[in-house]
Amino acid sequence: MSVSIQAVDKQFVGFHALHGVSLEVPSGGLVALLGPSGCGKTTLLRIVAGLDRADRGRVLFDGEDMTAVHARDRRIGFVFQHYALFKHMTVRDNIAFGLTVKPRRERPTRAAIAARVDELLGLVQLEGLGGRYPVQLSGGQRQRVALARALAVEPRVLLLDEPFGALDARVRKELRRWLRELHDSLHFTSLFVTHDLDEALEVADQVVVMNAGRIEQQGTPEALCADPATPFVRDFLDGAALAADRVASPARVAATGPLRLALSM
Amino acid sequence: MSAASNPVITETRGVRVLLIALACLFLGVVLVLPLAVVVGEALAKGLGAWWAAIDEPNALAALRLTLTAAAIAVPANLVFGVCAAWAVAKFEFKGKQLLITLIDLPFAVSPVIAGLIYVLLFGAHGWFGPALAAHDLKVIFAVPGIVLATVFVTFPFVARELIPVMQAQGSDEEEVAATLGASGWQTFWRVTLPNIKWALLYGVILCNARAMGEFGAVSVVSGHIRGLTNTLPLHVEILYNEYNFVAAFATASLLMLLALITLVLKSLVEARAAAAARAAHKAREHNS
Repeated sequence: MSVSIQAVDKQFVGFHALHGVSLEVPSGGLVALLGPSGCGKTTLLRIVAGLDRADRGRVLFDGEDMTAVHARDRRIGFVFQHYALFKHMTVRDNIAFGLTVKPRRERPTRAAIAARVDELLGLVQLEGLGGRYPVQLSGGQRQRVALARALAVEPRVLLLDEPFGALDARVRKELRRWLRELHDSLHFTSLFVTHDLDEALEVADQVVVMNAGRIEQQGTPEALCADPATPFVRDFLDGAALAADRVASPARVAATGPLRLALSM
Repeated sequence: MSAASNPVITETRGVRVLLIALACLFLGVVLVLPLAVVVGEALAKGLGAWWAAIDEPNALAALRLTLTAAAIAVPANLVFGVCAAWAVAKFEFKGKQLLITLIDLPFAVSPVIAGLIYVLLFGAHGWFGPALAAHDLKVIFAVPGIVLATVFVTFPFVARELIPVMQAQGSDEEEVAATLGASGWQTFWRVTLPNIKWALLYGVILCNARAMGEFGAVSVVSGHIRGLTNTLPLHVEILYNEYNFVAAFATASLLMLLALITLVLKSLVEARAAAAARAAHKAREHNS
């Protein structure tokens, strides 16, 4: 399903978050919203989800105007940076939640829900952990539960807000490769927010660079690297190149230093 | 935990003993002694006299009224408190600070003033007095006034317990529930309520304790009609003023019993909540 964002404008008190942003996400695409913190990428994602309201502009799903539709009726999947798992429910109950809250006439039978949960547990490689509670899982496992929970309701579009931001570098690399494979096998449309250029270049087939509430450039990772459209994008890529040089060294954390520096300029 | 073995933050033995002794002395004089006196005086003329003072129409009517007022005020404030805490913790709106201040108002205002407000509003010469009289409704010097005054003074307990808990939890889980198709009602019952249940129960218990013990506000609106508008605390006062000490203390001991039950429930809730928190913590430790 395609997502069309048309001239979306959003202002918070004393802060103009989005300046008439327009963006097309093709059906089946995996698009990254990339930029420094405060650039408006998360706000844009939340507006697509229906968790925030745009002051002006429209959001269309497959040409259908969703602007006034409540988040619960948009049929989207949303994955938070900090998982937002239901703490008091087991992994199984977390994953089944979206199915069990359906109106009675649409709700699958108990057995059908159990079968679907089993299938999803297999998909996110957490077989046997269905009876655990979220606190008993590692960060990477929790994020996979969150993903399975979002996928359970067969969303038309998957929205991910810094999905790997709270994980350590090794798990992050594993998970993003896994997300790419999952995307390729299931063909859903995804829009994900990140401030990590490596992540965007590695996972997405389209990268949208944002800065101060505006889109600086949009294109394939190759096109972006080959021809940065604005000084901001060039600085952003230079910072990442510097970071890439240091990836070889064990101090992966230190590598974000120059990247951050580039971002703040 | 091992503060005693840490010489940097530990006082000398003498200072420690002195501080503990002072605390115990204070606790004994201010808390334990009065309670012992109440029980002692209540049983001064034997168990028979104690029972006679309680098994008496006016005392039983007072007990019934106290329980009735609590039975209405506590559920009402449970609902109001959850609504107020929900609004404050989950939404940004103009006048939010004012709402928080208003929630605290019953704590800040003297209970007597609270009672007077209702007399001014609903009394015979109050704003709504004539209208109420025309429909033959009685609020002041009747049960509705007592319930209203009790609701007023116990309003903050539930909301005050819940607001910090709900603010700390944020809205992520509710937002996820919405994106998964849950209605507001389903989100509340299945996501929000389980997350706040211990704080809610704690607030309800405190609210109940105050509802049963409230004197000042209820005293103003009650009219002290024996067997009709006397609650237990008011009944104690009347008996005491009549120099009927055994009955006064016997009734007081009944009130104390209700308070003790409340305190036991409160510690049980606290223990359960702490155990739940410990289990979660342990699971986290075990995992990392």
